[in-house]
Amino acid sequence: MGKPAVIEVLTCGPMVTIQDGGRPGHLSQGLARGGAADRRALKEATALLGDAGAGIETPGSPLRLRCDGAVTISLTGAPMKATVGDRVLAWNTSQHLTAGDILDLRPTGTGVYSYVHVAGGFLTEAVMGSRAAHLIANIGAPLQAGDVLPCNASTGGARRVEAHARWGGGELRLVRTPQTRLFPPAVLDRFLTTRFIRDVRGNRQGVKLSMAGAGFATDGQLNLLSDFILPGDVQMTGDGIPYILGPECQTTGGYPRIGTVIEADLPRAMQAVPGAVLTFRFVTPAEARAARPGKPAVTPLIRDPGDMPDLLAQQLIGGVVSATGEET
Amino acid sequence: MEEVFPRIEPLGEAALLVRFTPHLDDAANRACVAFRAALEAQPIAGVVETASSLGSVLVRHDGRDVEADLGHALAARDWADVPPPARRLWSIPCSYGGEDGPQLPESAALAGMSEVAAVSALATARVRVLALGFAPGMPYLGILPDAWDLPRQTDLTPKVPEGALVVAVRQLVLFGTEAPTGWRQVGRTAFGCFEPSRARPIALSPGDEVTFPSVSPSELRELAEADPERHGGAIWESLP
Repeated sequence: MGKPAVIEVLTCGPMVTIQDGGRPGHLSQGLARGGAADRRALKEATALLGDAGAGIETPGSPLRLRCDGAVTISLTGAPMKATVGDRVLAWNTSQHLTAGDILDLRPTGTGVYSYVHVAGGFLTEAVMGSRAAHLIANIGAPLQAGDVLPCNASTGGARRVEAHARWGGGELRLVRTPQTRLFPPAVLDRFLTTRFIRDVRGNRQGVKLSMAGAGFATDGQLNLLSDFILPGDVQMTGDGIPYILGPECQTTGGYPRIGTVIEADLPRAMQAVPGAVLTFRFVTPAEARAARPGKPAVTPLIRDPGDMPDLLAQQLIGGVVSATGEET
Repeated sequence: MEEVFPRIEPLGEAALLVRFTPHLDDAANRACVAFRAALEAQPIAGVVETASSLGSVLVRHDGRDVEADLGHALAARDWADVPPPARRLWSIPCSYGGEDGPQLPESAALAGMSEVAAVSALATARVRVLALGFAPGMPYLGILPDAWDLPRQTDLTPKVPEGALVVAVRQLVLFGTEAPTGWRQVGRTAFGCFEPSRARPIALSPGDEVTFPSVSPSELRELAEADPERHGGAIWESLP
């Protein structure tokens, strides 16, 4: 560690950005925390690398990166096809790359947001304590071909992180908001029995849902005083269409929120592919906190020999690791 | 259902919301600013962030049960009666009417005054930052006299520029970004609500007081040119 390295962006599709844990602490000033859309993927990267810092988030856009220096990377979030030359890299792993390696990432149609981290994180410019792009707030910019991302050289073992699939939608648990009771009981019942489809329209601000039948309206919803909104809030627009709000949602809003997707389920909400079916069920805040998953489990990666063109040149197990992911 | 205010309710699984009012109300907003300042001055264990909005205070916590302590703090006094915490008084030059305020004529008519009287009223009104939102650092300011209780437009203006001063429902908003709006644009400033390169990227805080003195379009541009920090020639002083 410590020796400078860089990763150069050779080609890059749209809306690929640098993301980290975001900028908490500015809600009073109208600045949302932002940061990685799939916080679980960030935790998985941290479990693999120790310090994952700021990484690359791609919403399914293909990406070609060249390493200038030896670095350990991790691949988490929505699975992509990752190759270095003729070597296929397993997803949900950390891997060591050497100078000159070119990493190709192609979408597989599974999930939405994929992440590439390097040990120690990319050392791009920090603004207000974070390197995360927040495009709505005019902080940072999408990556483009020719960008050079500084980082530190690193050595580290190849490991696998236990990651739960979260790409196909399913039931999302909600906690109530101060506006939940503004919805008449019949409307609330219908909401809880409706099968929603994740619409094609979705980004880091929010994901639109569609459904058969009428919208979900409160009485007098156009007269609400604007109040705080948080990522995970299920907000009804004026025509009663729900949006699940993402990390770059505004900090306040005047539309009613029927509920808030719990932290444990928010990665599944953000990763649901267009067309995925989503339903909702209410739980208590205590149940929501109890549902938070623990630290992701990490094991040494034992490569399939079939993936390795030059078996003798490979180190089969990169160090001995404990169950909690610390190198021993 | 009759709600009693102030009230504490969960917002998500990691925050509590203290709501002081269901409607826009000057005293309740002052209470929000004062209560939040008190929470910042005497932190409750387990609270990781506080913020105030038009009518509520958000209290983000780390999972600890902070509701009892918060309830005690809330009940300690009448927060609408507490003198305002330390804040700034801003003077932000504004060019009213013409191309910089294309809806000044209709806004003045709706408010029942001449354009000259409307500019005079807005240029001398001392308003408070009620909340920041929509875009980073973008203020909702008020509360203006009853004459300015203008309805929002039924159709959106496709876009107003950054720095636009717009009016509706007894409030002013100073746009922090180019955006569509249903409020009417009466003037323009060169004030950058959010500038990441500044030492203080977000200039305003809830509770700050603001006036928008009238300058000519050319003066506004000269002031902007001479102000590399993008405050648009604004000056400020601390209020105790």
